[in-house]
Amino acid sequence: MTHPTDHDTVPTRPLMNQPRLSMRMRSAVWVWTFLAVPLVFYVVIRFYPTFNAFWLSLTDWDLMSDAEFIGLENYRDMFADDDFWKTFWNTFEYLIYGTPTSLVIAFVIAYYLDKVRFAHNFLRALYFMPYITTAAAMAWVWRWFYQPAPTGLINGVLGEAGIGQIEFLKSTTWALPSIMVTAIWAGLGFQIIIFMAGLRAIPDTYYEAARMDGLGEWAILRKITLPLLKPTMVFLVVFISIAFLRIFDQVYNMTTNDPGGPLGSTEPLVLMIYQTAFSSYDMGQAAAQTVVLFTILLVVSLLQLWVLRERT
Amino acid sequence: MTATADIRERRMRDIRPGRIIRWTILFIGGVLMVTPLLYMFSTSLKTPGQIYDLRLIPAAPTLANYVEVLSEGEFPRWFLNSSIVAIVVTASNLFFDSLVGYTLAKFRFRGRRLIFIAILSTLMIPTEMLVIPWYLMSAQFGWLDTYWGIMFPGMTTAFGTFLMKQFFETVPDDFLEAARIDGMNEFTIWWKIAMPLVTPALSALAIFTFLGNWTAFFWPLIVTTSKELYTLPIGLTSFAVEQAIRWEMIMTGAALATIPTLLVFLALQRYIVRGVMLAGLKG
Repeated sequence: MTHPTDHDTVPTRPLMNQPRLSMRMRSAVWVWTFLAVPLVFYVVIRFYPTFNAFWLSLTDWDLMSDAEFIGLENYRDMFADDDFWKTFWNTFEYLIYGTPTSLVIAFVIAYYLDKVRFAHNFLRALYFMPYITTAAAMAWVWRWFYQPAPTGLINGVLGEAGIGQIEFLKSTTWALPSIMVTAIWAGLGFQIIIFMAGLRAIPDTYYEAARMDGLGEWAILRKITLPLLKPTMVFLVVFISIAFLRIFDQVYNMTTNDPGGPLGSTEPLVLMIYQTAFSSYDMGQAAAQTVVLFTILLVVSLLQLWVLRERT
Repeated sequence: MTATADIRERRMRDIRPGRIIRWTILFIGGVLMVTPLLYMFSTSLKTPGQIYDLRLIPAAPTLANYVEVLSEGEFPRWFLNSSIVAIVVTASNLFFDSLVGYTLAKFRFRGRRLIFIAILSTLMIPTEMLVIPWYLMSAQFGWLDTYWGIMFPGMTTAFGTFLMKQFFETVPDDFLEAARIDGMNEFTIWWKIAMPLVTPALSALAIFTFLGNWTAFFWPLIVTTSKELYTLPIGLTSFAVEQAIRWEMIMTGAALATIPTLLVFLALQRYIVRGVMLAGLKG
């Protein structure tokens, strides 16, 4: 990478090299001074714990006695445990129903909101506001909404409409969707904003050209808007999926009397991890569960990279 | 003149039945979105006897619940704890994320790519996987049930570092070179020259980190055991469990936990929305 002029100025080279070298040295000293504390942090707080989690997943440890290496027994126990599979499928239920629902609602709102000029910021604020609230607090508000009449708002409305009562959080069929609705509601604001950013990024000239070609609103949506939004969609699908795979705050707060209940029907993986580690103090088993969660999240992230790579 | 006439003409064109219906539907949707918030505040202003009256506007609004929660409960303490945690972690991220982001963006050195990839790879590691080792570490070093225990996992993040690196890359090298020739040291160049040029990114990062830590639940739930150390969300959960079916009290607690973030949002709405867009596109 030597510059050609370096060769033309042979006599001055030793003189020029001296300060240049020390400048590079000085720069290196600054670099490592800047990076020292953060690098120690990353090693101690991120890398070491990651390996530690893998190691713990191969041990039997209740915090009282010493950790005992047991190989893959935690994994064997876990995969043979019906409760684990129930939790596993619960988590996927949140993901499979929650993700498309969130995506479609967020897109429709963003698509129309983007076209609105009158009181645009006000409308946007209404949709965005739930996103910045505390999940734990809002879970309690929704929990109150879901109470039986006369306490709960939704059952109150259903009662007045002459429809029967629904035991939202006490029924094994209704509890999971009820909690999922809370989580969808909490995330929509973010997704709408991201969709609107994606819509703004599409150059107007594309639309103008399409209109000149006589394409209608639907055709423009199908042939221009949606294909060009693909990166945004992929990002959001992954982002929302990860959020649902890690769902915890809402479930924990909406089922405090019977965590993950009724009958474990709402329990997601993270709640299972929490209880295995901090109620049963079975650290090895809990670590194995976190490894499973990590693997699922890794697969989802790699899928994103794969889908995006295929595009280009 | 023509421009304003043009705008007026466009406004007129905008007012068509289809648009009015669309706006109205969007407005109703927006109101539905904030309904939980409205009902939370409404119920927090009701007496126990009124909570079965599901009208949004309380018949006789009262602040008695707030007085009771704030005087008897530990809410002021939790509020203080959340503030300390969120402010310290935010300050730390603004400093370290931008320092590392700047170094990775503006210096050429051996191992630069490796360090960048190593930091970025930590984005793949979910918090849930780290909490058990963090917990054991905290138990060993006596960090359980301390402010430091709540804060240490978030002191710098790969997301913030990546965001800041992206922005520092847009800062022209000439600016930094000029400062170097003026004899400024590298730290001063970063702090005095580069940092002011990325304030939009810094404000986005600050807002995200603050809100993220203010609303954080999982780790604070694990690491805190005494009520004096609870952050607001954890305190609220324990408070709500204690209150059982006193919904007006629970709603008051929820409102107290939510009001600060809503105030931040109302004050900084434009920056927050822009920040989400920035982070979403760059992150």
